[in-house]
Amino acid sequence: MVDSSLIYADIIGAVLSMGGLGLIFSILITLANKKLHVEENPQIEIVADLLPGANCGSCGYAGCANFAENLTGGKTQLSACPVCGPDAAEKIARILGVEVESGERRVAIVMCQGGDGTVKKKADYEGIQSCIGATFVGGGERACSYGCMGYGDCVTVCPFDAIHMNDKGIPVVDRAKCTGCGNCVEACPRNVIELHPLSHHVFVLCRNKDNGKNSRAVCSAACIGCKICEKAVDGIGFNVTDNLAVVDHEKYTRELVLPTEKCPTKCIVIVGKADEK
Amino acid sequence: MKLKTFKKGVHPEEYKFLSEHKTLERLPIPEEVFIPVHQHIGAPCRPLVEKGQTVKTGEIIGQSTGFVSSPIHATISGTVKTIDNFPHPLGINGLMIHITGDGKDEWIKSFDETSNWENLLTDEIVDLVQKAGIVGLGGAAFPTHVKLSPSKEKKIDTFVLNGCECEPYLTADHRMMVEQSEEVALGTRILMKALNVSRGVIGVENNKPDAIAAMEKATSAFNNIEVIPLKVKYPQGAEKMLIKAVINRNVPTGGLPLDVGVVVNNVGTAIAVAEAVTKNKPLIERVVSITGDGIKEPKNVIARIGTPFQNLIDFCGGLTDNTVKIIMGGPMMGITQHTLNVPVIKATSGILCLTDLSVIKHKEYPCIQCGTCIGACPMNLLPTRLARFAQVENWQMAEDLGILNCVECGSCAFVCPSQIPLVQRIRIGKLRINEMKRKAKLATV
Repeated sequence: MVDSSLIYADIIGAVLSMGGLGLIFSILITLANKKLHVEENPQIEIVADLLPGANCGSCGYAGCANFAENLTGGKTQLSACPVCGPDAAEKIARILGVEVESGERRVAIVMCQGGDGTVKKKADYEGIQSCIGATFVGGGERACSYGCMGYGDCVTVCPFDAIHMNDKGIPVVDRAKCTGCGNCVEACPRNVIELHPLSHHVFVLCRNKDNGKNSRAVCSAACIGCKICEKAVDGIGFNVTDNLAVVDHEKYTRELVLPTEKCPTKCIVIVGKADEK
Repeated sequence: MKLKTFKKGVHPEEYKFLSEHKTLERLPIPEEVFIPVHQHIGAPCRPLVEKGQTVKTGEIIGQSTGFVSSPIHATISGTVKTIDNFPHPLGINGLMIHITGDGKDEWIKSFDETSNWENLLTDEIVDLVQKAGIVGLGGAAFPTHVKLSPSKEKKIDTFVLNGCECEPYLTADHRMMVEQSEEVALGTRILMKALNVSRGVIGVENNKPDAIAAMEKATSAFNNIEVIPLKVKYPQGAEKMLIKAVINRNVPTGGLPLDVGVVVNNVGTAIAVAEAVTKNKPLIERVVSITGDGIKEPKNVIARIGTPFQNLIDFCGGLTDNTVKIIMGGPMMGITQHTLNVPVIKATSGILCLTDLSVIKHKEYPCIQCGTCIGACPMNLLPTRLARFAQVENWQMAEDLGILNCVECGSCAFVCPSQIPLVQRIRIGKLRINEMKRKAKLATV
C-alpha cells in the first residue's frame, strides 16, 4: 500500500510548480504588453464596428477592417463604401469629424429579360455551370450573344443575398437588400447588370444591338430598334442608337407619358416603386 | 534505339486511321464566304472594302492594325454583300466580310510568279510573309512574321518544324508531309534563311512512318536539315514540349522558345511560306481534316478560308444521324461549335464530328488526391491545386503556384479519374487573373 501523504506531496508539488510557472509567464506577458505597446487609434475599431462588415471589397480595400484603418488614416473617403447606410455614415462622419456626402442609394438592375422560353436555345451546354466558364464555349445555351447566360455568377458573388435566379433563369435583384456594391456588375461577363439610383424607374431591359430581324430571331423580348418609344415621347428621354433604345434618366421621368405599353416586344419596363427608399 | 520525347504528358487513343490515308482533295470554290476580321492572335483587322464592292481572289480586304496582327485576303472573286456580325468559330459572334462569289475565281494580277527566293534578304522574306497574311496554321494562329522578327539580343540557332500533330484524329499535317514534302522542305529552307540559322530540325511522331520517309527523302539533299522521329505522346506539338523532345532544351518558366534560341513553326505554315515567297500567293486556303465517327466519309480537304463548315460537311457525305458534337480542331484543345454556319478560319486544322457513342457525359466526383494529374502535366504544375484555388478564387495562391504557365493542353482533365474539369477551371482562373492584372495596370497609368 502506498503512503497517502506521499501522493498529496506529489499533487501539491505539481500545483505549485505549474502555478508558479503560470505566475512567472503572466508577469512576463504583462511587462511585455506595457513595454511593447503599440499606440492604435481607438477610432479604427469603432468605425470598423459601424461599417457593414460584409467584406465585399467594393471600396477597393481588403475587407471592412482594412477600409476602416485607411478611412481613419485619411487615405480614403467614406463615399468609397457604397454599402454603408445613411445612419452608419452619419455616425462615422461624426466620429471622424468629416462632412457626410449624401448620395442616393444605388441598386443593381439586370438589363435582360431573355429567360428560358423567351430566348431561343442554340445548343446543349455540358461544361462548367458558370457564366465565365460558358464564355469559352460559344457562350452557353442561349442564342442571344448579348444577354444573360443564366448560370448565376452574379448570384454567387453577392455578399448580401440580394440577387436570385427566377424560375426562368434570369437573376432578380431584391431592391431592398441590394447595397449597390457592384460585385455582380463585375462578375457578369456580358455586362448585363448596371447600377442605377433608386429614382430611376424606367428601363429598356435589353442589350441586343443586332438589327430587328436578327434580334427578333433569337429572343421575343429583345429591343428591335423600332423607335416607337422614341416617337411616343417625342424624342425626349428615349434614344435609339445601334438598334437599341436607351433611356436618358435625366430627361425622362415617371410622370411623363409612358411608352411602355407601346413597345411591341415589351422590353421597356418599370422597375421598383415610386416611394421606395 | 529509344525514341526521343519529353517528360510526362499523356497518350490518348489516336483514331488517326479514319483519315490518315485519304489523299488531299480540293473543295469546290464555295458560292459565298464569310471572312472574319479576327482570325489570329493579336489585334483584329480593319476592313478595307465596302458593301457592294467587287473583289478578286487574293485581294487584301482587311489591313492589320498593329505589329501583332495579320492582314486578310479575299478568298474568292465576287461582291462584298455585307460586313456584319456572324457566328464565329472561336467565340460567339464576330465581324465578318461576307462575299458572294461570281463563280469565276479570278485572281488579282499583282501577284507575279516571283524571283529566286535565295537572293532575297531576310527583311524581304519577312515582309512577304507578313503581306501574305500568314499565321501559325497549327491551331493557335500566331502571326508568323512576329516569330520571324526576334529582337537583336536573342541569338537564334535552331529552327524546329512541327510535324507532330499530336492531337488525336487530325491528319492534315500528316497528309501535307506525305503529299507536299517538297514544299515543306522548301518552306523550311526559306524560314531558316529568314531566321539566318544553319540548323533545321523536323520533329515527326512515330505513328506517321510514311511522313517520316517522305520528309527524309525531301530533305536528303540538305545536310543541315534533320528529321527526328518522336515517341507518340500528347502534347508533343506544344512548342515547349517539342523543343525539349527534339533538342533537349528547357524553355524557362514564363519564357518563349526565343529564349533558348529556337523558333518553331508548323508544317502547314512552312507550305504557306513557300507559296508566299516563291509564288506571291497569300494565305487564302488551308488543309482541313474532316473526321470523326460522325462524318460519313472522313477526308482531308484543301478549303478556302471563309467557307462555311456546312460546305465541307456536305462534301464529305454529310453527318450521320447520331452526331451530337462538332469540334473545330482536335478533341483535346478544340472548340465545340453550336452551328455549322461558322466559317473555316486560318486556325481551323480540323472539323471533328462525334456521335453519341464517342461523347461521354461526365459526372464530376470529389478529388481523391491521387496525383494522376500532377503526373500528366507536361509543365510540371499541380493541376488539382490550381483548379481548386481558381474555384475558390484564391488568385494569389493560384498565381504563386504558376497558373499562368499552364499551356491549357488538357492532359490533367483527360487523366482525372474523378472527371474533374481541371483545365477548364484553370482557364477561368487564368482569364480572371489576367483581367485583374490588366485593370491594375490601367489603374496605375
